[in-house]
Amino acid sequence: MYGLGGILLFLLGVWSFLVHDGLLRKLIAINVTGAGVFHVFIAVAYRGLDAAPDPVPHALVLTGIVVAVSATALALTLGQRLERPDD
Amino acid sequence: MGVRHSLIIGLLALIGATLAWVYWDALIGHAGTRLAGLALERVPESGVSNPVTAVLLNFRAYDTLLELAVLLAAILGIWSSGPEARGFLPAGPVLGALTSWVVPLLILAAGYLLWVGGHAPGGAFQAGALLGAAGVVLRLSGEPSAGLPPLPWLRVGIGLGVLIFTLTGLALMALGQGFLTYPAASAKWLILMIETAATLSIGATLAAAYLAGEPVPARSTTQQPGGTRP
Repeated sequence: MYGLGGILLFLLGVWSFLVHDGLLRKLIAINVTGAGVFHVFIAVAYRGLDAAPDPVPHALVLTGIVVAVSATALALTLGQRLERPDD
Repeated sequence: MGVRHSLIIGLLALIGATLAWVYWDALIGHAGTRLAGLALERVPESGVSNPVTAVLLNFRAYDTLLELAVLLAAILGIWSSGPEARGFLPAGPVLGALTSWVVPLLILAAGYLLWVGGHAPGGAFQAGALLGAAGVVLRLSGEPSAGLPPLPWLRVGIGLGVLIFTLTGLALMALGQGFLTYPAASAKWLILMIETAATLSIGATLAAAYLAGEPVPARSTTQQPGGTRP
């Protein structure tokens, strides 16, 4: 269920990325897509109620979140620079 | 327009169905070999007892090193895109008092998360995110430097994670181990050292990224303790 929700988020993100104009909306769309992928990873890590979850996807998601945040920050700065009138 | 949209919807539905099918198949189908068993089995050798930290800092240390390098590359890109954005006015008394409460608490919580990462959920990234949040709070409440040290020190702080990580790896290589293959006896302290450096580095990077540009050196006169300094 969680994984299917992740796939749904992924699709919504791709849809929003393709259809809507505006850098900020596209950036948010990409982030939604990424969140969907993280959902799927976390869902895959589940191994039943009595077993500890698989730590490898958890670590990958943690890495992915940090990379996503830094990429978003860079993209926001570049977008701001594009809007600046003086150059 | 309508045709194009329905075409995209159709394609996305197709992709979604395929993904769902693959996901379902991977979940229900055949129990192939998974890394979980292997990873969980070797956690006692890794120097920490939290499996996620063990995977991040020991089994897949290359990932984490490169992730710190990604953060470094992002902040370099942000700095090269121009000077920082203008700050906000100093906060009113209520927000100021709240900030002077929240920031020390955030720093304390970051230290706790860093230590607790060895045996429970927590670790360098969570702690670094809290430090970065402390910097953002300071910046929003009108502190122009966001609690960051002056630029030369900030450069050191941002590079610290990658530096310590790489130096540790190279030192281990010089001692005859593989790159970032910790000896079991000292693994805990090596991991803790790397995580501390990574926490400071991540916190400084996130707070500096929030400035959206290279800090202007001239206004670093009102330096206050706190923010991303330990």
